[in-house]
Amino acid sequence: MTTIAPEEELVVIRPVVALGVPLRSRLIAGITVVVAGLVCVLAWGLGANPGSADFSLTAAGDTFAIPDLKLPAAGTAIVLGVIVIALGLFHAVRGFSKRQMRWVLLVVLLLFVIAFLCWASTGSPGNPLNIPGLLQNTLLLATPLILGALAGILCERTGVINVAIEGQFLAGAFAGALGASVAHSLGVGVISGMVAGGLMGALLAVFAIKYVVNQVVLGVVINAFALGITGFGYDALMQSDPSAYNEPGFFAPIRIPVLADIPVIGQLFFNVNIIVYMTYILIIVIDVALFRTRWGLRTRAVGEHPKAADTVGIKVLRTRYRNVIMGGVVAGLGGAFLTIGAIGGFTKDISSGKGFIALAAVIFGKWSPRGAIGAALLFGFADALQSLLSVAGTPVPIPSNFLLMLPYLATLFAVAGLVGRVQAPAADGEPYVKG
Amino acid sequence: MTTEVTGPPSNVEDGDTGGSPPGALGRAVRAVRDGNTLVITLLAFVCAIVVGAVLIVIADEDTRTAAGYFFAYPPDMLGAAWNAVSSGYAALFEGSVFNPDSLTAGSTIAVLGPISDTLFNAAPLILGGLAVGLAFRAGLFNIGGQGQLIAGAICAGYVGFAWDLPVVLHLLAALVAGVIGGAVWGGIAGWLKARTGAHEVISTIMLNYVALYLLFYLLSVGGFQAENSNQAISRPVEENARLPHLLGSSLSVNASLILALLAALGCWWLLTRSTLGFRLRAVGANQFAARTAGMSVPSSYITVMLLSGALSGLAGCAQILGGNNPALTGDVDANIGFDAITVALLGRASPGGTVLAGILFGGLRAGAVKMQSDTGIPTEIVQVIQSVIVLFIAAPSLIRAIFRLRETRGGGVTTLAKGWNG
Repeated sequence: MTTIAPEEELVVIRPVVALGVPLRSRLIAGITVVVAGLVCVLAWGLGANPGSADFSLTAAGDTFAIPDLKLPAAGTAIVLGVIVIALGLFHAVRGFSKRQMRWVLLVVLLLFVIAFLCWASTGSPGNPLNIPGLLQNTLLLATPLILGALAGILCERTGVINVAIEGQFLAGAFAGALGASVAHSLGVGVISGMVAGGLMGALLAVFAIKYVVNQVVLGVVINAFALGITGFGYDALMQSDPSAYNEPGFFAPIRIPVLADIPVIGQLFFNVNIIVYMTYILIIVIDVALFRTRWGLRTRAVGEHPKAADTVGIKVLRTRYRNVIMGGVVAGLGGAFLTIGAIGGFTKDISSGKGFIALAAVIFGKWSPRGAIGAALLFGFADALQSLLSVAGTPVPIPSNFLLMLPYLATLFAVAGLVGRVQAPAADGEPYVKG
Repeated sequence: MTTEVTGPPSNVEDGDTGGSPPGALGRAVRAVRDGNTLVITLLAFVCAIVVGAVLIVIADEDTRTAAGYFFAYPPDMLGAAWNAVSSGYAALFEGSVFNPDSLTAGSTIAVLGPISDTLFNAAPLILGGLAVGLAFRAGLFNIGGQGQLIAGAICAGYVGFAWDLPVVLHLLAALVAGVIGGAVWGGIAGWLKARTGAHEVISTIMLNYVALYLLFYLLSVGGFQAENSNQAISRPVEENARLPHLLGSSLSVNASLILALLAALGCWWLLTRSTLGFRLRAVGANQFAARTAGMSVPSSYITVMLLSGALSGLAGCAQILGGNNPALTGDVDANIGFDAITVALLGRASPGGTVLAGILFGGLRAGAVKMQSDTGIPTEIVQVIQSVIVLFIAAPSLIRAIFRLRETRGGGVTTLAKGWNG
């Protein structure tokens, strides 16, 4: 990366120079990592049932079968835990730089999860944990979250808070199922889902930008509106005649020849349905566009300092309208995934808080597409893991509800500043009135 | 209607811009200006009713059939649409205010039934609305009503079914437990805001789900879950800890209404008559000025979130100790946490307004049940009407544009906490 780091281009008020990581935060982070390592050693290592941890690495329908991976459960967890402790101690004593620390935390998280899985898989001996299945489920659960998070980023980077992702999901899910059922075409379903999400986005845009309504209040109200209107539509139309209005079917996965034959990850990434492929494209497009194009620069300028942007001739309100509506369209696609991408049918409150997890991913990922996607994958993984473990069982039963709580707790810790400072775009949520 | 409305406000505006004259005239001017706010509210209600009517028409099967040959014979569709809308709203009225049929039945219970249902539904909404409104006044947006309500209901419910106390004491203990539970849950968000600057909107949303999953967990463990049950339902609250009915057991209204009115009175006193209330309002109006004046902003945040959470916890008590179902379920919140936000917005964060808004929305909730059973119109229509009312109230200039009123200031929901960084 020879170009200037994108975030630095627009920094106006924030101090750019950070001379090392202060001792106090280094100690806190280091000790947290050491504690995580101790958990690995004491709980996952010493708490494991005797025997080996079995992992199956072959997904159903894989071309090549790979033999199951057998690891000594306790030993592996202890070794991984010791590595984590060492990393934590090193950070507390010497200190990694900010950039290094990001990777270190990622490694710590990975090692912690592997140690945990070693422990968990000893719960039902002779029944290996299917890793590709777990990852496939993760992607399935993370896709709507990624789309929702991208929608949130599109809106918030341009200075409009989007708490209404949940409502946009619901609208997209409902319209997706309805459109596909009525037209007997999944393509129509996707388009109607995106249009419905876009309409919700337009509602948000008009009230936030033209009528200068408090955006958080607005988001909450739009969520209530979407919940009401989709619930109404479900009772009035879908329930009375499901075959006409609520049997859309769902997208079959599309297998990309050669790529899907890669062991372990092939089917995971390249045997999925069209909405997931669209998500890949959106991820790349939005990440590149936000930091490498004129549109992106303008969007961020409007979100950070609208007055300055206006002064240099950027149309602040128009940029905001466009981005918020686009955000709605992307979230609508995420909503459509919930019905015609996965289950094939709408039920009341089908998004059940996923919009808020997507919002959490935006915040946890510090308003950057990569961070938010990472957070969405992490939250999807937590969800996939809890459904796997609630079936497979662990040596000591872990209530699945606590795993489901994780995304919210993680975000709570994040906003409380325990994992570095979380800072929103400077003008996020502030209406711009010219003059 | 428009002509009636445009008259007074435009007069007021002239008087207002010239500075309100003192004395009786000033009071009159202010009263009419408040009337302007009232007018906006009424018009928002009218708009919402119209939106609801459109939905009813779309959902009505007869109307849809008649629409098929609309151009051949329009009266059919118009007649069917009118039928659907009028019978729907008539049922809504009969279920929430007064049912003419009950007069012929001749029993007072039947006559009072709808009003009683309205007040029964209003009590938790008022409590939740007060919670949101109180935080509003201190400049915080507490959307954690759901979580605080659940935390309160868990504590109140636990005391209600696990402890064994004499009659009055048991109810009091359960109420106190509920209040503490809600206050702690709200206080966490306040403390996070005060100590780390974590935005209360984000933390309260997250705490909502933490509370929800905590509740799901508790409903699956022994000691909490009802014996011999696979269902996610707790043991029922003992009779001693239930809120008593006010007008006999056949009418639903119970002591939670008294709690709600007392709480409203308490909020009114707090906000307008106490030093603490002054401090909270000062912080809400301008935290920097308040700090300069020597007030502690962080402790105000913690205090108001504790109080707000306590009120939500009380709403949880109303749900679990006074509800139709004396046991905790995953649905103990019944969307009150979020409806309370619309109640507070409609009531413009004032205790009196919140009571009225709570009764209005309680009436909608009560009437929706009858509306569904009589005409098959889904209860969700109430949710739509509520959110549309609030949407219009939040944007008074839209209402003025629709009804061609003169542009004036005021009449809208005060702009509150700004961005995530604010």
